[in-house]
Amino acid sequence: MTAESTAASIGSGTPSRGGGRFDAIVVGAGHNGLVAAAYLARAGLDVVVLESSPEIGGATRSEEAFPGFRFSVFSYLVSLLRPEVIHELDLVRHGLFLVPTASTLNPLPGGDCLFREADPQRTYRHIARHSRRDAEALFEYKLEMRRMGHLMYRLQRAAPDELAAAIGDRVAESAEHLDVDVSAEVADIARYFLDLPAARLRSFVQMLTMSSADFLGQWFESDVLKAALSSSSIIGSMLSPRTPGSAYVLLHHYMGEVDGAYREWGFQKGGTGAVAATIARAARSHGAEIRTDSPVARVLARDGRTAGVALANGDELRAGVVMSSAAPQISLGRLLDPEDVPGDAGAGLVERAARWQSGGCAGKVNLAISGLPRFECMPEPGPHLSGGITIAPGLDYVDRAYDEAKYGGFSERPFIDMIIPSVLDPDMAPPGKHVLSCFVQYAPYELAAGDWDDGRREAFGDAVVRTLAEYAPGIEDQILHRQVLVPPDIEAIAGIPGGNIFHGELRLSQLFLLRPDPAAAAFRTPLPGYYLCGSSTQFGGGISGGPARLAALRVLDDLRGVESAAGGGAETP
Amino acid sequence: MLEAEGLIGRSPDSQAYRWLPGAPGGGVAGSSPRRNGLRPLEPLRTPFHRRTSVLCESDSWRDWSGYTCVETYEPTPEREYWAVRNAAALIDVSPLFKYEIAGPDAERLLDRVMTRDFSKCRTGRVMYTSWCNEEGHLLQDGNVQRLAHERFLVSAAEPCLRWFEDCGWSMDVDVRDISEEIGVLALQGPRARAIGEAATTGIDFGAMRYFDLAAGEIGPGAGGGQVTVTRTGYTGDLGYEFWVASERAEALWDALVDAGRDHGLLPAGLLALDMARTEAGLVLIDVDYVSAVDAEIEVLKVTPAEAGLGFTVKLDKQADFVGRRALELERDRGPAWAMVGLEVDWFELERLWSEIDLRPQVVGQPACREPTPVFAPGGWQVGQCTTRFFSPLLKKYLGLATVRGEAADPGTELDVEVAVGYGRRRAKARVVERPFFNPPRKTAVDPTPGVNG
Ligand SMILES: Cc1cc2nc3c(=O)[nH]c(=O)nc-3n(C[C@H](O)[C@H](O)[C@H](O)COP(=O)(O)OP(=O)(O)OC[C@H]3O[C@@H](n4cnc5c(N)ncnc54)[C@H](O)[C@@H]3O)c2cc1C
Repeated sequence: MTAESTAASIGSGTPSRGGGRFDAIVVGAGHNGLVAAAYLARAGLDVVVLESSPEIGGATRSEEAFPGFRFSVFSYLVSLLRPEVIHELDLVRHGLFLVPTASTLNPLPGGDCLFREADPQRTYRHIARHSRRDAEALFEYKLEMRRMGHLMYRLQRAAPDELAAAIGDRVAESAEHLDVDVSAEVADIARYFLDLPAARLRSFVQMLTMSSADFLGQWFESDVLKAALSSSSIIGSMLSPRTPGSAYVLLHHYMGEVDGAYREWGFQKGGTGAVAATIARAARSHGAEIRTDSPVARVLARDGRTAGVALANGDELRAGVVMSSAAPQISLGRLLDPEDVPGDAGAGLVERAARWQSGGCAGKVNLAISGLPRFECMPEPGPHLSGGITIAPGLDYVDRAYDEAKYGGFSERPFIDMIIPSVLDPDMAPPGKHVLSCFVQYAPYELAAGDWDDGRREAFGDAVVRTLAEYAPGIEDQILHRQVLVPPDIEAIAGIPGGNIFHGELRLSQLFLLRPDPAAAAFRTPLPGYYLCGSSTQFGGGISGGPARLAALRVLDDLRGVESAAGGGAETP
Repeated sequence: MLEAEGLIGRSPDSQAYRWLPGAPGGGVAGSSPRRNGLRPLEPLRTPFHRRTSVLCESDSWRDWSGYTCVETYEPTPEREYWAVRNAAALIDVSPLFKYEIAGPDAERLLDRVMTRDFSKCRTGRVMYTSWCNEEGHLLQDGNVQRLAHERFLVSAAEPCLRWFEDCGWSMDVDVRDISEEIGVLALQGPRARAIGEAATTGIDFGAMRYFDLAAGEIGPGAGGGQVTVTRTGYTGDLGYEFWVASERAEALWDALVDAGRDHGLLPAGLLALDMARTEAGLVLIDVDYVSAVDAEIEVLKVTPAEAGLGFTVKLDKQADFVGRRALELERDRGPAWAMVGLEVDWFELERLWSEIDLRPQVVGQPACREPTPVFAPGGWQVGQCTTRFFSPLLKKYLGLATVRGEAADPGTELDVEVAVGYGRRRAKARVVERPFFNPPRKTAVDPTPGVNG
């Protein structure tokens, strides 16, 4: 059935403004909510997006925080954004503009560094200074990780319930024995899994369970390289590289790609807020309506089915389909009344949502500076300033930073993942001036001693600047403005309870079928017509649009009364 | 061949063609045994070479018309490419052949040679044009600046002194090869205006329209030496080209680099330029078409229309011009071939690559110039794709192709051959409009610096 005929069969009838009836309502105008709305509107549905805050974007938002200086407030780089989303929603036409960050610099104490460039030969030479064995191993490692990323990509783009079937070992015998419909894609994955060489399967299981330090220890001997590579294993997670499970977070980031090249990252011109704006334009071009300042208080149900939503101000909007991109504490814990759920499927839902692990662990320090920072290891301007710059000089260093947060403090010498957006996009700052985006770990949601609002926030900012100054002396004198954000700020501004950047930790206990809840795994909640589509679902967090796309395809399938799941990239609705 | 006659545009006393007797250092030891005491020709250096060579950390050089030119400054061209689209890039395009055409009959000569109407070219304007042989077959394309009522400057990729002289036989006009007297820098990208303004004096960049020309001085103060600026380029972006006497070339480079420091200016090599020109859908001689003088067989010859340059042919112009009659006949029967833009279907690429269990491996590669066949869907070959490249900005796998006229309408579905691993597969593609990328800032009146337009 085509998109057009879907619309016809639903017969939306009465498009409405300022209340009233819609085919579908999307809660939250973060990038995932907007992607969901775009797909539904593209299929001809009459869609409204309701966003509680005055601005769209959620965790992807950018602002001119100080005259002439634009900050990508929270998220800063794009890699996980699914190519199928880019192509199907024609995002380039609507403003997607990704400038690649081709290198990573890890400054080390004493003016040394580890530098990985776009050019493999040079990277080899940089690493060989620390270990010749590692320099050689890196290329094999990258290849293996690309394969693993590809495997993950294939897993993640299938619908979760089918996925479970596929991973189940008996799927091999025959798809007919399963009581779920197995699409060609999933049958394919099952076959794929069975055909995997034992070594690859072992890597996969290792990645789901091991610590990244142990995983990397199988490949490398040099502490600085292991620390550098482990960075992606802790991003957004209250984990040390030595915590079991951190290897999965590493894998999650290897699923990212730019144009088919795994592990590439890009900076969206104007900041990641422009990604949300781009998707919003795509959604509007298909007729979706986006309303800000419209907090949703409750999902309405009638006769055991979704009937619409009630806003905080009491207004009610009707629709047979509601999709929420908010975190499970909100979507399942607050918006849904378990009483409305038919049967006993709602039992325990609220309690489980409350136990969802989504404590924040990261802060963001955005700086406006008067000139380019001069790193002791590479003082002159050069390509290293248009890549990522990470302060993670050793595994012990990161582990200690984690320890401090484990006991309720913030890291006095934190892990910092930095980019200089104004080098990648000169429009981010006035000529000659720059903005620095520092993603910082660790900062717990709640401090054991003291209060974020009681001077600790600024003390955290000071710790970041002090740490940077160890590697880029003089940076403290270049600072013109500074914005310090900690997990409660992420919660307050982006509406993510606890401030976890992925809407919930990416650990095995919260992945695949368990994301965010066994009763709401395949984007469907136990209340028919009510769906989840945000970072707390399959595909997980990051600027990917992946969950929302799959969820929207699931909705469209359900509307068509088709059991089969959302397909792969090639089958667009 | 022109080369055989030793007349390639350079004056006979030029350094380029002087074979110096004796070995370097005077001794026998240093000389090449094969050269019999004749020192081989040195590669030509552009007047910016002392600047570009210290910046070329990759040591990737390419020969362009005998000049040693930077292919990429850094080992990979990405940053240079993005500078073109996102900030500004400085590209040494000095190897272009340049001819001054001066005298009372200068306009007459151009109108005789060129397919465009030069009676309509005012002083202070630049015209992009084609020129053909008697059969209407394309010889070259290039820009013509009208510097004064009786003085023009033609820039071209290949030598054409003899052609211009022969066509001007008995006219009161002087054709002079000034290729080596002038250095040319292309400053391209959204910040180009801001940088150009800061690097020169006496030029009103705000008043310069697309294809305008203006003269001023190098540097923020007077006295830096003359420079001519044209609002032209080969990137499809906002941009200017700076034409300067070779002696002042380094001063110009320094002024632009100084002014560009705060705007993200990067020097860019030929790979980045090639990526940008492909996105702009601009054809390249010897890659997308073959000049009639170089076509060894008839089928390789094309008319301007067949090379996508039909818009440069002005059959309504007063003056008779070389190739006119043939082109009039073509107008009546329609061109046999067409230059088209192709967009290869992304999902098709995903599908083909997933058969060997990979994501499409297309990113990060410079434009490919190896011609590959284009087919009617599932059918016979209808042409060839001469340039193709994955645009990291547009996220599309794009090609420039010459196809049979009947397969040229936008929207036409075709198959192109693509390399997937070691295999050669056919992928679905669609004919799309050129340019692929065409930002408003390219032609905007009074372009504002740094606007993402
Ligand atoms: C500091 C930080 C840095 C990050 N860095 C990166 C990065 O570099 N790269 C990357 O890929 N990812 C990064 N991330 C993660 C990424 O930004 C998020 O995973 C992603 O943006 C989440 O998108 P979403 O649409 O699922 O949810 P959100 O963006 O959280 O959007 C949910 C929206 O729902 C709204 N909402 C909530 N409740 C209601 C309600 N009741 N009614 C109406 N609206 C409601 C919220 O206001 C919000 O706008 C980062 C996140 C943070 C916080």
